[in-house]
Parts: sequence; C-alpha cells; structure tokens
Amino acid sequence: MSILNELRKNAFIDIIKKGKRLTDRDFFDYREINIEKDVIDTAAGSALVRIGETQVLAAIKFAVGEPYSDRPDEGVFSTNAEFVPFANPSFESGPPDENSIELARVVDRAIRSAEIVDVKSFVLDDGKVLMMFIDLWILDDQGNITDAAGLAAMGALLCTKIPKYENGVLVREGKLKDLAPKGIVTSHTFGKIADKLYVDAVLDEDVASEGKITYGVMDDKIVSVQKSGEAGFSKDELFEIMDIAFKKHSELKKILKGD
Amino acid sequence: MSKNEKLIVNGKRTDGRKPNEFRPLSIKAHVLSNTEGSALVKWGNNVILAGVRGPRECIPKHMTDPFKAVLKVRYSMAPFSSKEEHGRSGPNRRSIEISKIIKHVFENVVILEKFPKSQIEIYIEVLQSDGGTRCAAITAAAVALADAGIPMKDLVQAIAVGKVGDTILLDLNYVEDSADNGSDMPIAVAGRNKEVLAFQMDGMLTKEDMSIMFDMAFEASEKIKEIQIKALEEVYFTDEKGETERYIEL
Repeated sequence: MSILNELRKNAFIDIIKKGKRLTDRDFFDYREINIEKDVIDTAAGSALVRIGETQVLAAIKFAVGEPYSDRPDEGVFSTNAEFVPFANPSFESGPPDENSIELARVVDRAIRSAEIVDVKSFVLDDGKVLMMFIDLWILDDQGNITDAAGLAAMGALLCTKIPKYENGVLVREGKLKDLAPKGIVTSHTFGKIADKLYVDAVLDEDVASEGKITYGVMDDKIVSVQKSGEAGFSKDELFEIMDIAFKKHSELKKILKGD
Repeated sequence: MSKNEKLIVNGKRTDGRKPNEFRPLSIKAHVLSNTEGSALVKWGNNVILAGVRGPRECIPKHMTDPFKAVLKVRYSMAPFSSKEEHGRSGPNRRSIEISKIIKHVFENVVILEKFPKSQIEIYIEVLQSDGGTRCAAITAAAVALADAGIPMKDLVQAIAVGKVGDTILLDLNYVEDSADNGSDMPIAVAGRNKEVLAFQMDGMLTKEDMSIMFDMAFEASEKIKEIQIKALEEVYFTDEKGETERYIEL
C-alpha cells in the first residue's frame, strides 16, 4: 500500500471509530442511484448507472457461434469488464487484471445462478446458438464499482432485444423480441474496517477496507457470494449484512424498474 | 457503383444532410471525476469519451525526457461500439495507428517543455461509432486537455472530408465511408493558424479535389471550434459556486 493510501486508511479508521463515514451517510445507506437504460444504439441492450460519482456502462451484443459440446441445447453468454484507464489513476491499459476478472465473474455468477436468462431460447434452427456478450465498462470509479456494474448489467438485460437469425446472419434492426429476463438480481457489497461494516463504499473506503462481501440477491434468495480481501467475518456479521442485502435488494429493484 | 448512387438523392445524403454539412455535434466537458480533464463528444451517432491525466511522473523511468513531458495516447473502440459484430477488446493494428496519429497532433500544440520528466496521458474511449471516430476523438481530446488546464498553443479541431462518386462530402458517416470507390480524408487543424496537424487519405483524388476539400475542412473547423469553446465556457464561466457536477449523459 502506498504511503498516501496508508495515511488515508488511518484517517478513515479514526473517523469510522467515531461512528461516522467519509460521506455524510449511514453505514447501510447507498449514495444517490441513477439508471439510464438503452443509451447505446449499436448495442442490443445497455444501461448507464451512476452511484454517487461512480459511473458504469453495461452493453450487450449478440453473435452466432457453436454451443458447448456438453450442452448442445443451450446458448452461451459471457461477461467482461474493462477498467477504462481514465476511470481510476490505478487502472492501467492492458489485458484484464485480477480485479477486473473478479468483478466480471461476480456479476456473471449472480446472473447465471439466478437463471434469469433463458439460454435454451438461444438455440438456432441449424444447431448453432446465440452468444451473448455482456460488457461492463467502468468509466469513473468513485467506489463500489461491483454493485454499479451489477445494476448496469441488470438494467441492460431489462432492455435487451434479441436479434433475428435469418439465412445464416443476424438481423439487428426492425421488430425484435425482448430478452425479458425472468427475474431481477442485484449485488450488494459490504466493506469491513476496524470491525465496522458498511455498504456502498466510496473510493477511499474501498482502498482502506480490510475485506469485502458481495451478495447477489434475487427476491428472497441469495444467488451468489464473493468474499474478497484478508478480513475475517463472523457468522453473525455475515447474517446481519445478509438481512440488509435483502432490504437493499427491494430498494434497488424499484429503481431498476423505474423507467 | 449502384451502391453509391443511392447515397445522394436530389442533392441530399442518406441522413438528409447537404454535401457540405457536418452532423450535429455536441460537447460536454468535465464529465469524469478521476481525471484532470475530460470531455464527452456526441457527433452524429458517434459517442466518444476522452480523459486526460497528468502531468505526473513519467513511468517507466527510461522513457523520461529531461527536457519535456512525454505524451501518451490510447484510442480504443469498445467492442459494442459498432453496428455489426461484437469486436475484440484491447488494442489492434488500427487503434495503435490512430493513437499514434493523435499523439503527433497534440505533441505539436501542448507546451510539453513546461513539464520536464513527466507524462501526460490522453485516453479515448469510443462507445458508439458511425464513421469519423478519429476526428471526433481528436476534437474531444482537445477539449479534455483544455479542461485539464494543460497549456496549449491552440485548440485543435478535426473533421473528415470525402468524395463519393463525383460529390465531395463533408464528415462522412459509416455508410458513406465504406462506399465503393470512395475517398476519405481526415484532417486535424490548429484553430487559429490552420496548420494541418493530422492528415490522412485513402482513395483517389486530384489536386483540385483536395484543395476544395481542405477549404471545406477549414470552414467547418471554425464552427467546431465555437462548439468546443462553448463546452469549456459552460464549465468554467459558471455563476456563483463555480463547481459543476460531473456526469455522463448518453
């Protein structure tokens, strides 16, 4: 950790011990959330999400390909995250690093486990299948990009139109069927520092955190979990934040359905 | 050629423009929080984000120039930015060449001697494309650099002029750009003295054609400059607080 980050962390610990956060918020409150759907004309579906000053764009596109040999009756989808270098001074150009891969996999896992995308409907007449690409473009990182990326992916799925397959090519314009996901999944990331737990970290809280838990939630079920960082969590802690994750899920669900 | 004939009907182009008209251009400066300067450019159906970081310490050290700052440019197209296939992430030969062209533009106007041993980074992300992204990228980067407060001799504008069939067209869109036997000539100019800072061409043109095309580009650059300046004024000539909210609107 750099000296500057070490100083920031110490300052943050002092503040958090006084029962306060870096921004004027309760420990389990999100910053203001804003979702704009269908913002990229060249994509099949897209959404731009802002949580405070954090900005993430998700865009979905389709291609035609071969199914996995062990699952010939299912299409495929994959999720990729790009930490655009201007989003955070620590992001560098180049192939995805471990953080970018982890984020993409956490978002992917929530969508996959919740089974909200009907991959069986991706099978085409000639044995080929639709391949769906979910791209998560981190444009501005002021903390908690995981939840923002999860929301953006969900927002994009909600407005995705499936291209038609005609004479061996994809037709991306005209009257198209909605993807119509079967449910709504949201991700909720909790940080831990000095035995305090909080949701929706700002960047300094992210940098200082000793550990994080991300819960993927759909209705009354947990559909994915990721623990990251060195901190240990007690069972009580894990269940306390689980209850909060369910509450936050219903709040975020309303925002997603909003427009 | 039949493909081309449809591109201009009764003097109007597929999107209703006249031959010497450029697509609607809007610029918003200062849209990102983690950069010194940024700009969002929407030019026709192109959507481009540019962010500038620095001047900061030059890394790796062996690239350091003791007399001036090193300029680094990354132009990148998001895989979802094109109408057709999902592209591949990461740099390819095209984007590396465009990054280099853009770097040379700003090596000319940025006063790099002010910042020895440091680097200035320009990151350009194409989110939606419809022909003319390199010109939109240069136009965006110029505003992002100005927003970052980096001293420059001039503000740069860029636009492509092309020829399809017998007609010279300003600011080609993707369909026009990919026409058979078409020519495309992207140009970047310094706003005040019209020095040409980027210049590429593919196609087949006469000297006379090119002269007309240059004049069209110069004329358009004046209008582009006004839009750039307006975008910067919106951020810096604010009424009371002086703090503008930074966010992207797509």
